[in-house]
Amino acid sequence: MTLQPETKTHPTIKPKTKKRLSKDRWLAFLFILPSIILIAIFVYGFIAWTGYVSLSNWNSLVPDLSFVGLKNYLFLFHDFRFQADLRNTLFFTILFILCVLILGLFLAVLLDRKIRGESVFRNIFLFPMALSFIVTGVVWQWILNPSTGVNLILHKLGLKPMWYTSVSVIPGVEWGKIQFGIPVAIIAVVIAAVWQMTGFSLAMYLAGLRAIPEELREAARIDGANEFQVFTKVIFPQLMPITVSVIIIMAHISLKIFDLIYAMTGPGANFVTDVPGVYMYETTFRGNFYGNGAAIAIIMLLFVAIFIVPYLISSRKGGES
Amino acid sequence: MTAKAFTRPLMYLILALLSILFLIPVYVVIVTSLKPLDEVTLAKMWALPTHIDFSSYAEAFSKLAPNFWNSVYLVIPATILSAFLGSLNGYVLSKWRFKGADWIFTAVLFGMFIPYQSILIPLIRFLSHIGLYNTIPGLILVHVVYGIPITTLMFRNFYASIPMEMIESAQIDGAGIFKIYRHIMIPLSLLGLVVVGIWQFTNIWNEFLFAVTITTTDQHPIMVALQNLSGSQIVQWNVQMAGAIIAALPTLLVYIFLGKFFVRGMLAGSVKG
Repeated sequence: MTLQPETKTHPTIKPKTKKRLSKDRWLAFLFILPSIILIAIFVYGFIAWTGYVSLSNWNSLVPDLSFVGLKNYLFLFHDFRFQADLRNTLFFTILFILCVLILGLFLAVLLDRKIRGESVFRNIFLFPMALSFIVTGVVWQWILNPSTGVNLILHKLGLKPMWYTSVSVIPGVEWGKIQFGIPVAIIAVVIAAVWQMTGFSLAMYLAGLRAIPEELREAARIDGANEFQVFTKVIFPQLMPITVSVIIIMAHISLKIFDLIYAMTGPGANFVTDVPGVYMYETTFRGNFYGNGAAIAIIMLLFVAIFIVPYLISSRKGGES
Repeated sequence: MTAKAFTRPLMYLILALLSILFLIPVYVVIVTSLKPLDEVTLAKMWALPTHIDFSSYAEAFSKLAPNFWNSVYLVIPATILSAFLGSLNGYVLSKWRFKGADWIFTAVLFGMFIPYQSILIPLIRFLSHIGLYNTIPGLILVHVVYGIPITTLMFRNFYASIPMEMIESAQIDGAGIFKIYRHIMIPLSLLGLVVVGIWQFTNIWNEFLFAVTITTTDQHPIMVALQNLSGSQIVQWNVQMAGAIIAALPTLLVYIFLGKFFVRGMLAGSVKG
């Protein structure tokens, strides 16, 4: 669809125009050169620099860049707090993505059914997307406060959840230095994060549903499929690329999450709600353990890259065809 | 038909229930923020205030006002500059594609997904080296640079819908790269500028990690100040909730009046437009 100037030169272009075109092509490159240089330095250069710090002995206020190999990484993998972070990130990511996907898809399917007041409902589910994670954290800390908030209602039903103050881990199998399983406290954070981010998957799924031609559904119905089969056999497969996109975008948000947890719970007792983003911030900027902080940052980057790099490469190819 | 007559009310019922669940935080925040401190007790969290009291807003605003203005001075130039850079990059990458442009674009895009922790230590050293650490201009620079990937992506997808024939006929008429940008692309960019501007405004206003590490007390943007309200010994929930509303208001207003464009930006940010 987009014709490229260097491959398609117009047959009637005069020599003078041709000369200008080749000059313009250089100018075009000059236009984006500043951005390319900025990204090269601020993204790739700084990542390399952080990688170097992560291999250095710099764990005090005074920079000490002497090379210590993987010492900082080895420290982390034997560290109670970092092991807890890995566990928390794993379960937070799984629960968060599952809830966002299911709730978003469910709401999108409902809203796609020519609902009256659809835009009102849509905005109710979408507006949290415009808020800061800090606002969300501050607000949900109050709502899920175990001595008040929703517990005032739940107490009447005989339920007394501890929310983010709980220290239990289910099932809590011994693993390394930590108890492995779902930390109950993380569920409170998942609720807040789902409240904020469901709007994203809802909007994506809604856009996807509206792009599916009605004839496709009609054809399936004529072939004798009931509504449930139409959804599982026709609609859902069509939404697969969107599901993949939502999973990847949500996974990278979850793997680098910092502000929501920092504002809502902090690391928590026994680090039950700690995540690498919070650990990195505290150990680097409060504790001056720069080497350890850099190592955490590089591990976070690798986790994100596992999801993002294949996604970027595949959508690059997809964009070309 | 009977099944349909039954399912439609059920659908509305489910939607209404979920809406109420989603609006619980709004109710709690507003109700709490309008109470005087002696009514903000754990037992009466859900009760309406006996009388409307704006004192918590006054207190929250007196504490947050300097930081609110810091955020304003940060977000306006940063949004304008990053939208401009994005538009320029998007123009070149959609209409003047050169060899390797796709690879460069992919490499630039990666920058919007990285955890910023992985560049933070060098960034802070660099900023203090050039004298921009703990300054609003320093934060502006950071947001403009790390905004390049998303704004470039949005404008590239946006400009892809402007037909190449328009560019070509302008070239035949003798227009060069600047003229085409100024007289064809910019006038057609209004929608793109609104979408990108709203997206960057929201993101920069809401951002926390750069804000908390690059600035200290006086220069802190609003979100750091809001977070610090809860750091005090006695948590005054009414003041905190009023503070949350003040901090959220600019982006909420943008959403209320221009939500359509916000959602467009959100969808455009998922790489494939």
